[in-house]
Amino acid sequence: MAQHQVNYASSAGLPIALTSVDKLVNWGRSNSLWPLTYGLACCAIEMMASGASRYDFDRMGTIFRASPRQADVMILAGTLSKKHSEFARRLYDQMTEPKWVISMGSCANTGGMFNTYATVQGVDRIIPVDIYLPGCAPRPETLQYAMMMLQKKIRRESADMKKNTKQDLTTQTGKRARLI
Amino acid sequence: MRKYVPKDNVQKKAYYTDRFHVVPRVPREKVIDTHFEATVFNLGDYVKDSYIEIGQLVVHIDASENFAVLKILKEQCGYTQCSEQSAVDYLAKDGEFELFWQMLNVNEAKRVRVVCRLKEGLAIESVEPLFKSANFAEREMFDMFGIKVNNHPFLKRILMPDDWEGHPLLKTYPLFGDEFASWYEVDKIFGKEYRDIIGPENRDPGKIDIEDTKRFSRVGYEVPFGTEYNADEEVDIAYSETALVNYNKKTSKQLDERR
Repeated sequence: MAQHQVNYASSAGLPIALTSVDKLVNWGRSNSLWPLTYGLACCAIEMMASGASRYDFDRMGTIFRASPRQADVMILAGTLSKKHSEFARRLYDQMTEPKWVISMGSCANTGGMFNTYATVQGVDRIIPVDIYLPGCAPRPETLQYAMMMLQKKIRRESADMKKNTKQDLTTQTGKRARLI
Repeated sequence: MRKYVPKDNVQKKAYYTDRFHVVPRVPREKVIDTHFEATVFNLGDYVKDSYIEIGQLVVHIDASENFAVLKILKEQCGYTQCSEQSAVDYLAKDGEFELFWQMLNVNEAKRVRVVCRLKEGLAIESVEPLFKSANFAEREMFDMFGIKVNNHPFLKRILMPDDWEGHPLLKTYPLFGDEFASWYEVDKIFGKEYRDIIGPENRDPGKIDIEDTKRFSRVGYEVPFGTEYNADEEVDIAYSETALVNYNKKTSKQLDERR
């Protein structure tokens, strides 16, 4: 016995939903964004707070994964030192496509107040970034908003990742090159 | 009457010199404390100079005798902790480093600083057999100043990467890093040929790349996200007029460039 009576005769009453492949794939991708459990500095504390029960990332389908092979999003939360830059890039390379990057906080965006010899001056020098998140450190609400903006961005993209271009790691002279 | 000084070009020479400025210095007192007197007596001929600074004994020794001095301090005077050990760069002034060991006597609540001068290029004897904390401290000193430590069990860089060039706490090392430091991550990850592609570090926090339409939006002239930059399409910025002031009308006095 059917729970609901289906009126097959009327329009839009059919048990069929029409959509495009892009929308269907992006619906899946954007609603189960799994970030990498990867904290660099004090921004990671805010990232942990976003994941914990008060701000509750889980209700958005955002679940932190302990392996880069299972992760879709890399949240660079904190100061990236030059010693560690190699390993950050390796973790990014180990993530499977499709993958996105959120640069969280002033230090990750531009080097922040660490205008020194030992800090990478903006993670976009080594990793293409999708969302820049200002703040020192950004509040958990800000990180949630960044996640929602990333969802919006994914829904706008093509399902075929080859058609989506990554950010250029640009030069100051205006010469451009695309790195994946 | 005051001497006449022509005031045509006062900025040509700095007329102000701080003749009366005296660099403040921590007062040094004689060793009068009974415990510190006993400590200096125990050290004997090793002591080149001794005085008290802010309730703390400072002992100057010869660089080659640091192990013997610290051994006496530990075994006979009760200084069982070496809480800090590092160096100060006086290379430009004297051509040598000042090395110091900060010792703590927990039972007496007393502190002693052992100080010595080490010529550039010479090595110091490790005190790791006496104090395990000296292991990391001496590695840090080697990392930051390039001072070699004899008989250290594992002398290797501790803070900077192993393949780093230069010693960052030297006064001659620039704060923003030398050429090696500024390209370190690019060389390591992508290789040297990517220096041209990625470009030099931007250390100007207010820098705006006018050709970058992905990270910056243009004021007054909008282009879609990610379009190629075209210099011919550049237009002047137009402000909205108000009833009182017309910002678009150029006044008689306007600076062409920032002074």
